[in-house]
Amino acid sequence: MTQAQETVFEQDTVDKARAIMARYPQARSALLPMLHLVQSVEGYVSQAGIRFCAGQLDLTEAEVSAVATFYTMYKRRPCGEHLVSVCTNTLCAALGGDAIYAKLKDHLKVGHEETAGEPGTPGSITLEHAECLAACDLGPVLQVNYEFYDNQTPDTALELVKALQNGEKPAPTRGAPLTDFKQAELQLAGFFEGRDADLDGPSAAAETLRGARLAQEKGWDAPAMPENAEFPPIPEKK
Amino acid sequence: MANPLTPVLTKRWTEPRSWTIETYERTDGYTALRKALKAHPDQLIQQCKDSGLRGRGGAGFPTGMKWGFIPQGDGKPHYLVINADEGEPGTCKDIPLMMADPHSLIEGIIITSYAIRANFAAIYVRGEVLHCIRRLNAAVREAYAKGYLGRNILDSGFDLDVVVHAGAGAYICGEETALLDSLEGRRGQPRLKPPFPATAGLYAAPTVVNNVETIASVPFIVNGGADWFREMGRERSPGPKIFSLSGHVTRPGQYEAPMGTTLRELLDMAGGMKDGIPLKFWTPGGSSTPLFTAEHLDVPLDFEGAAEAGSMLGTTALQIFNETVSVPWAVMKWTEFYKHESCGKCTPCREGTYWLVQILQRMVRGEGTAGDIDTLLDVCDNILGRSFCALGDGAVSPITSGIKYFKDEFLALCDQNSKALAGANA
Amino acid sequence: MTIAPDKSTEIVVPEGHVKLVIDGLEVVAPKGELLIRTAERLGIVIPRFCDHPLLDPAGACRQCLVEVEMGGRPMPKPQASCTMTVADGMVVKTQLTSPVADKAQQGVMELLLINHPLDCPICDKGGECPLQNQALAHGRTDSRFHEHKRTFPKPIPISTQVLLDRERCVLCQRCTRFSAQIAGDPFIELLERGSQQQVGVAEEKPFQSYFSGNTIQICPVGALTSAAYRFRARPFDLVSTPSVCEHCSSGCAERTDWRRGKVQRKLAGDDPEVNEEWICDKGRFAFRYATSDDRFTRPMVRDAASGELRESSWTEALQIAAAGLAEARDAFGVGVLTGGRLTVEDAYAYSKFARIALRTNDIDFRARPHSQEELEFLTSHVVGTSPENGVTFKGIEAAPAALLVAFEPEEEAPIVFLRLRKAARNKKTKVFHLGQFTSPAVEKTFGTLLACVPGGEPAALNALPEHASDVVDELSKPGAVILVGERAAEIPGAFTAVAKLAERTGAKVAWIPRRAGERGALAVGATPNLLPGGRLVSDAAARTEVERTWGVEEGSIPAKPGRDTNGILMALANGELDGLVVGGVDPFDLPDPELAEQALSAAAFVVSLELRPSAVTAHANVVLPIAPAVEKSGSYLNWEGRRREFGTTLEGTGALPDCRVLDTLGVEMDADLFTQTPAAAAADLARLGDNVADASAPNVAAPLLSPPKDGQAVLATWRRLIDNGSMQDGEPHLAGTARPVVAKVSAATAEHLGVELGGEITVSTVRGSVTLPVEADDLPDGVVWVPTNSGDVKVRNLAAGHGSVVKVTGGKA
Repeated sequence: MTQAQETVFEQDTVDKARAIMARYPQARSALLPMLHLVQSVEGYVSQAGIRFCAGQLDLTEAEVSAVATFYTMYKRRPCGEHLVSVCTNTLCAALGGDAIYAKLKDHLKVGHEETAGEPGTPGSITLEHAECLAACDLGPVLQVNYEFYDNQTPDTALELVKALQNGEKPAPTRGAPLTDFKQAELQLAGFFEGRDADLDGPSAAAETLRGARLAQEKGWDAPAMPENAEFPPIPEKK
Repeated sequence: MANPLTPVLTKRWTEPRSWTIETYERTDGYTALRKALKAHPDQLIQQCKDSGLRGRGGAGFPTGMKWGFIPQGDGKPHYLVINADEGEPGTCKDIPLMMADPHSLIEGIIITSYAIRANFAAIYVRGEVLHCIRRLNAAVREAYAKGYLGRNILDSGFDLDVVVHAGAGAYICGEETALLDSLEGRRGQPRLKPPFPATAGLYAAPTVVNNVETIASVPFIVNGGADWFREMGRERSPGPKIFSLSGHVTRPGQYEAPMGTTLRELLDMAGGMKDGIPLKFWTPGGSSTPLFTAEHLDVPLDFEGAAEAGSMLGTTALQIFNETVSVPWAVMKWTEFYKHESCGKCTPCREGTYWLVQILQRMVRGEGTAGDIDTLLDVCDNILGRSFCALGDGAVSPITSGIKYFKDEFLALCDQNSKALAGANA
Repeated sequence: MTIAPDKSTEIVVPEGHVKLVIDGLEVVAPKGELLIRTAERLGIVIPRFCDHPLLDPAGACRQCLVEVEMGGRPMPKPQASCTMTVADGMVVKTQLTSPVADKAQQGVMELLLINHPLDCPICDKGGECPLQNQALAHGRTDSRFHEHKRTFPKPIPISTQVLLDRERCVLCQRCTRFSAQIAGDPFIELLERGSQQQVGVAEEKPFQSYFSGNTIQICPVGALTSAAYRFRARPFDLVSTPSVCEHCSSGCAERTDWRRGKVQRKLAGDDPEVNEEWICDKGRFAFRYATSDDRFTRPMVRDAASGELRESSWTEALQIAAAGLAEARDAFGVGVLTGGRLTVEDAYAYSKFARIALRTNDIDFRARPHSQEELEFLTSHVVGTSPENGVTFKGIEAAPAALLVAFEPEEEAPIVFLRLRKAARNKKTKVFHLGQFTSPAVEKTFGTLLACVPGGEPAALNALPEHASDVVDELSKPGAVILVGERAAEIPGAFTAVAKLAERTGAKVAWIPRRAGERGALAVGATPNLLPGGRLVSDAAARTEVERTWGVEEGSIPAKPGRDTNGILMALANGELDGLVVGGVDPFDLPDPELAEQALSAAAFVVSLELRPSAVTAHANVVLPIAPAVEKSGSYLNWEGRRREFGTTLEGTGALPDCRVLDTLGVEMDADLFTQTPAAAAADLARLGDNVADASAPNVAAPLLSPPKDGQAVLATWRRLIDNGSMQDGEPHLAGTARPVVAKVSAATAEHLGVELGGEITVSTVRGSVTLPVEADDLPDGVVWVPTNSGDVKVRNLAAGHGSVVKVTGGKA
């Protein structure tokens, strides 16, 4: 067991785990990012990953398991190269999200949190239906490795997934150029070194800017601010 | 009278590379911070109180009052935690804000931390929004590099560290005490209150938890003053608000308008209902706020207006559904969501959502009976106000409001069933 | 609590209290009290599942909802009475007076039942199940739930002794909160989320806690059940008898449940002064030794022809024993070893028997390493202390600081450990452990390890003022305590240093032995230097007082202190003593089992009072069967000096207590003990009363330690709670939760000795060797720790102990 753990999590991961712990006033706060970190190594949270986190944070494995099993983003089985998450919450579903999910399920011949292809190999895809992804004005949405593909239809989604299977990486509507699930997890753990270019990935869809642009067109603005708004006096202590 | 749209928070979004510190500084960014650091912290708290700013995360608690609850001179560290766990179905305002203009949030964080005497702040962002997390992290790095964060900020003697913390997929972490537990590396289950976060929050120390939109408003209030802020919106719900229109509208998107704007006004700006198909039902502020119908087009959307009309303002996430959508189906879908997201801590929410989903699924399959509607309502009654936190209350909103306005649709599903039964008996 | 008989009487609200109304009754309650408790004091029982008075409130089950009005304004929602504290002017309506509260409670009950299986008829909890009872009292008669119930495979073992049925679980979190808060063993946790939430353990990491059985007891449903008790009985068929645990020196209150002459289970009794509502797993599960197949039921005498023991009548056995003992007494004399497990009454009978039937002070209860220094310490600092003047459980809880010397609380006195943890967790008591490594107890008491080489404890204590003045400062605060364990007897100078530190700081000292009977045996003079009541053997007036009360000839009690256990054994081996009376001593617990073996072989006459065959009975001329604790009455004196009386649980088994056997044996020898029954023995002892002598503290200089040579290490060792002890026999489920048998060394020592960590280590003395797995820990260099009596590791067989220098090699010998 100890041997296996050592081979899975190398010094680099240990260093990163320690770096996460150093971000917080109390080390245990590092657990969620650290679980993202182990997921970036193995493509899921394995028992070895739980043991690793427990060891780093001086927790019991039960305590780490309690946390790891609570959150949906921690996967219990190895994921594919890409994780495709289709929003099937009410609004997206009404706009076509359910149909998208059904189409992808059909095509990949997998169910929720199942993987088409050998996990981790190029073109392998883990499919899931997701709850609201906070992009409702752009629905139906789906995500690949947590980058947004907005205003999807069953056909565009199918095309996207086929491209992924072929090793292509179509750019997201909003987000950075696509990498893979493990790389995304590393970033969720807070490690962005050498990825500055990602920042310029698009973010503002037409929908996002609708109000602001309409206001510009119409010349509507918030009331003008006074030249020098003063602070109220220091309130007296009660 | 303010304009129909009052872009304040959303104004910078149209700038090229709006997320960079260069753009931010060019457009008056970090001027409020310089001003605030020269003021006494208590003046900032008072100004926030005077502005009437209310929490934009859904509950509408007066922000200045929340800051004022933090005990001062208690010798304990204080913390500011930003609730960026945007997950309420329909809600999609904070993520675009943080992607487009992360520095407005960071500037708000620094000012707020200075006001409440916190030297550590965390932004708890839901994990599924990687691009947003990326932009926030970069913005924090930029702010450190420019001396807006770290030791002795702008020579004020004030220190602040900010960490961007990615969640891991749990709607309940939007509940502030669950968020704190999650931020401490635990299961995101709500805590007992009291003690409230203001006295025992993060690491059992006094903590303010505020929503993204709330804190991003702070620099504008500092620069514009309380009176300026109150020029928008209504007496008890002042200020601008980002209304997120989604669903069957011609031009869905983010519209920043004064508090109290009506859906009719917003729909006008958004080009009306998509393809002209009439409005059937909508949520004023996410799925946890009871449904409205076409009757409610003129309800002023502020905290009081929505409440008086029998719902809640919530997050002003206007999910708009036209006549093609079945209410029982929509209610079932939402209930499935609440069941999936129930944390499991308390009996009513855990077991109640488990039960409700099964009844609704059965009804939608056409296997329901009129008695099921009574059972639904009674189970909702046994959840509402009985569960540990507000998730349970939110879970029953779509059901009770759906049945209130569209009982016929539920009954119609049962009619099919009785016919089938009659046929089977024949 | 005050209830107003009529409204005109003004209730006086004392300082720190508030007045409120519950169901129309005015009541005064201390600030901070939870509504559910206040109501309970009024006799109003609000149903509940997650609530437990000793656990932090959770508010999870929502069963205890009530209506609350504050300042004349009703709160909009019903409130959980298990989390809400009382406030002045509060008006509370429970299910008895509020339809809203009643409906809320019925609603929650219905929700709890929708996924609960209907397997009450085969559930161990059936008949004593809070869910069953409250469903009957507060639930609906029918179910509106027609959907699919949640199912789980059932049951799953979460340890060898605890089984988990997740279908029955109501997720009240009592078990997880107990483990995390009280025991500090968060090995059982809530897993998953929402309706899939469930209690569980990590993969391949069972619920290895010494306190796991408590979770079974506090589970409000049949989700956690005992592997040992499963399907054995129905609660309503059991007879429950209050009892006291016979294992360690805490003297926990227990409830023994039995049926048809057989104990089925033990539960924790509720005693706020001692064990609160908890017991350790040994106390709960280790009782089957008393019903093992090899138990002696008839007296046995050694057949002259065959040399084997054969059954005999009591008359014959007693006659032979009396004659043999009289003969030995009149030759070179007879020694008495009583062991540490006797009741006060039985130990008293041995003490009196030694003095008047055998006319000797050669008596010692210490069936373990011991020293003259220890005896002096017990005489000067321990005998005669009581809860009135000494350290108590509550005193520990209130202490600003506690220093533990040569005492491993979780292993040796688990309930003391729980109190230390509670003190440290709730009241920030500073706990200092003078030991060898950061044991789990150090961590779980949020303690500070003061590490030293075995044998270096006195030097470490003496150096505290110089090197750790903060510890001295803490111990100088009023209420601070020093707890010293039995291992101190293996460390020359330790008791002396403890006494000095106590004098310097004013801290109270408590001696916490491992075994239930040691404090009692000390009190009744089952030692070479003391007579009952703390009187010195060497004190003529005290002897006379005892002789007069006993009605024996003046001058009949020898004036010279007798031999201690080692002395008795040496004397037997050397032919300076002829006979031996042994009560429940396992020679393998003695410091040198080989010497014990020699002594037993050399003894001309051995009488053994025993339950089951042992190395002593193998040599005994006469074996007299005696009753286990459950078949007799009596009392233990716990480490606080608190008398813990208990009655007979299993009546009429025919088994006799030691005091009765000795009384009859005394009669055969013309000595009247008046200990025919435990009650008679207690009365006889009471007539004597206490007359505790002033005695001076020991003064033994700590020897200079020389560092171990190449290939050697200094041995640190103590016993574990769950080990090879014979009173744990017959309980494989319990044995399965024993901690792994490993040796510990520092990484540097491992390297120095050429020991591969994770591999094996061989520890040897001239007597032999033992090989076991080895792991690194934060021990001082040059030290190796092994458990004293676990698995194949039997340190006493190596004639070694704490502080011995042993040979250490990597791998097998």
